[in-house]
Amino acid sequence: MRGRGPRTVDDALLRVEDLHTHIGVRGGVVKAVNGVSFTIRRGETVGLVGESGSGKTMTLMSIMGLLPVSAARIVKGAIWFDGRDLLRENEAAMRKVRGARIALIMQDALTALNPVLTIGDQVSEPLRYHPGGYQRRFQDRVLEVLDSVRIPNPAARLNHYPHQFSGGMRQRVLAAMALGPAPDLILADEPTTALDVTIQAQFLTLIRRLQKETNTSALWVTHDLGVVAQTCDRVNVMYAGRIVESGDVRRILRDPKHPYTLALMESVPKLGEKRDRLYQIAGQPPNLLNLPPGCAFYDRCPLRMDVCREQFPPATPLEDGGSVHCWAVSDGRPTAAPAAEAGR
Amino acid sequence: MTMLTSAIGARARSVVGRAGQLPIVPLVILGALIVGALFADVLAPHDPLKVELTNALAPPFYHEGGTMVHPLGTDELGRDILSRLMHGGRVSLLIAASVIVIGGLVGVPVGLLSGYVGGLTDSIIQRAVEAVLSLPTIMVALVFVFVIGQTYLSIILILSPFVAAEIARMVRGDALAIRRSNYVSLARVAGASHLRVILRHILPNVAGTIIVVATLQVGALILVEASLSFLGVGVPPPTPAWGLMIDGGREYVATRYWLSLFPGLAIVVTVLSINWIGDWLRNVLDPRQQML
Amino acid sequence: MTRYLAGRIFQAFIGLVFITTLVFFLVRLTGDPARILMSEYAPLELREVLAERLGLDRPLYEQYFSYMGGLLTLDLGRSFSGQPVIDVLLARLPATASLAFASLIVAIVLGLPLGILSAVYRGSAVDIFSRTVALFGQSVPAFWLAIMLVLVFAVILRIFPVAYSQGIESYVLPSIAIGWAAVAGIARLVRSSMLDVLDSDYVLMARAKGLPPTVVVVKHAFRSAIIPVLTFGGLVLGSFLNGSVVVETVFAWPGLGKLTLDAVNGRDFPVVQGAVILIAVFFITINLLVDLLYAFADPRVRYR
Repeated sequence: MRGRGPRTVDDALLRVEDLHTHIGVRGGVVKAVNGVSFTIRRGETVGLVGESGSGKTMTLMSIMGLLPVSAARIVKGAIWFDGRDLLRENEAAMRKVRGARIALIMQDALTALNPVLTIGDQVSEPLRYHPGGYQRRFQDRVLEVLDSVRIPNPAARLNHYPHQFSGGMRQRVLAAMALGPAPDLILADEPTTALDVTIQAQFLTLIRRLQKETNTSALWVTHDLGVVAQTCDRVNVMYAGRIVESGDVRRILRDPKHPYTLALMESVPKLGEKRDRLYQIAGQPPNLLNLPPGCAFYDRCPLRMDVCREQFPPATPLEDGGSVHCWAVSDGRPTAAPAAEAGR
Repeated sequence: MTMLTSAIGARARSVVGRAGQLPIVPLVILGALIVGALFADVLAPHDPLKVELTNALAPPFYHEGGTMVHPLGTDELGRDILSRLMHGGRVSLLIAASVIVIGGLVGVPVGLLSGYVGGLTDSIIQRAVEAVLSLPTIMVALVFVFVIGQTYLSIILILSPFVAAEIARMVRGDALAIRRSNYVSLARVAGASHLRVILRHILPNVAGTIIVVATLQVGALILVEASLSFLGVGVPPPTPAWGLMIDGGREYVATRYWLSLFPGLAIVVTVLSINWIGDWLRNVLDPRQQML
Repeated sequence: MTRYLAGRIFQAFIGLVFITTLVFFLVRLTGDPARILMSEYAPLELREVLAERLGLDRPLYEQYFSYMGGLLTLDLGRSFSGQPVIDVLLARLPATASLAFASLIVAIVLGLPLGILSAVYRGSAVDIFSRTVALFGQSVPAFWLAIMLVLVFAVILRIFPVAYSQGIESYVLPSIAIGWAAVAGIARLVRSSMLDVLDSDYVLMARAKGLPPTVVVVKHAFRSAIIPVLTFGGLVLGSFLNGSVVVETVFAWPGLGKLTLDAVNGRDFPVVQGAVILIAVFFITINLLVDLLYAFADPRVRYR
């Protein structure tokens, strides 16, 4: 996905262009985000899928401008939002965007909520500190949004503290906090990871519906393909700081092109399928301090070739508007199922 | 067993890794102080008890009238201050070391017991420990030493419970946390007796805390001992003690400040070095509590 | 919440009983207080009379019960000067209490900003400066600092008075001498507490909501960070009562500390006993109050 400049006619709300975020650690520099580009259109939900360490959370934090300043730096790239490059904005301008236009839903509601403040206080904060349509009647809006996330009897619970809520309800409070100011874009960092599966399904359905009602876009960061299947329109698959495949969610689930995506799909046992052992991707995750110049999946890839080690493959466009970065695919070679060595 | 050895091994490796910024300065200072104090008999230029009234209140060498014979001057009885400082250091170190040892010998088992056994025993011990810690140290020591008599033994005896209580409190906290950890459960499942679990599993992991607490308590002890001798209930005269020297110099402070200044500086430098090392140890052994 | 309260009060009570018992036995450890009260060379009959006067000839348990009973009615016996001990103590209490509070103010005024700045600007010159101050603060004996302060400010510079007077100026030097050691402790605790909180997810969330930085630091970070500092503040106040003994001597401050020292030297046992008990009682009460304050500040404890 190549960016073309600020306002374009394809209705892009957010355009990330060639983002590079580096983290300085004792051993050297970790290229957590190593050239990531993607777009999110209005009303669209885009998934960012990968293992831990793939760089997905760092991408999220880079968009928000909430990187730990001492250790992390964005060294290259642009993030276009509403005609402006967020990376060139100063802190005061970013503060106007955060919460009001771009909202964050974090993974663990228990730690994301301040334990000594009431939830009424916390949910109303983004409304209170961001001038906007709601400023005068923000109390009503708080009740409205809490009701929309199905918190029973919200008026009575405004003075309650986070620890007085169940896990599922807390997560919905987080969603209410994000949705209150009616943002254009929601960034969700694995918000269902800490929940039970059934609560998770409820939560996802709820958010999806609210999104549809308000035409709010979302970037959904997760490692869980089930979540992706339920919520996303399009998906970007990340590995070692780079996007290796992107496209329509149904196409990817049905017909993944990149060997890593294929391997991820294989790792999820399917209903009705009979297996003796769980599939495991061979090899170890890459050492982020010492990334090879070529494709980072090289060591674990059943289709690897010499060129893969030396050069990172360019994008091969696909029918659904997505693309894949793989020498094996762009070469015209048919993608094969992972070989026996991969542990089946 | 292998899990434990690997757990300790991992810890040791990370300790060595973090030992990078060894605090050379305080170690050297402390080393010099300890040597000076322990070998005061040999190293001190003069007899600390020798009264020489004709040379009383002589100034330090950098003042007019001072000589290098008495580099830090003499006190109101003409005794050499430097020599008295060195002997006084021995007193402080001796008391501090003894109290730490006794306090540790009592505090560690009590803390381990309290943390490991839990329940009623723990509650009772905890109340006792808290009660001891809520006693005003100096006042209690003051009364005790006065009643029993001013001897090394009485001072050590009354200060030990306070140190023991502090150590017991810290050890208990650690023991409580470790008791719930996985490798302890595994050891118990594997049939290890309680005693074995405590000695082989809990104690090594508590060692770090013990060392840090003990080091920091040494500093506190020196201050308490100095306060006691300042008030007149430290080691009996004529043995020199830093606090005593400060008190002695009080009435001359306007004109002959050095009588009170140098013993005070000695205390500050000693305790500072000890605390510095203690902080460094704390960083090395438990990064969560990082201060420096 | 009331269960928590009741539990704490009960604990405090137990602590009190324990301490008063301890003091009772501490004072009687040598076996014959009368011998200590009077010198060894006093004739036996005189000592016996004294023993009888003080009730020391009665069996131990009787003495203990009358002692405990007396405590409940706030009767701590009579000093050798004839006055009831409780009156003597109460007369000297205000001086010590006011000094302790003044020292607490000093410690907080100096320690709190140092700790906050140290945390917010971690790694900077401010941080290093305050950590050095902290290190020094805990290494300097209060009585020596008092003497040096007197030397510099009272004798050489003549800004502040040397001894007690009703005016505020006389509080300056002694409260600095006592409070100084606590500045270190408070600054450190505030710093580490703030650092923990500043790194927390809810502070990140507050920033993600686009809240102004003052709101993030004060409303979110500070509110949570202050809680452990409260407990520490209580302990600090208690330790000031302890430390006042030495500093009061330097400044001839008419407080409990100096009273204790004089009483010890003058072998006025009832007063000594009473003073130690009073200070211990204060300690326990302060801790109890702090626990209650803690419960009030942290709703997680409240709605147990």
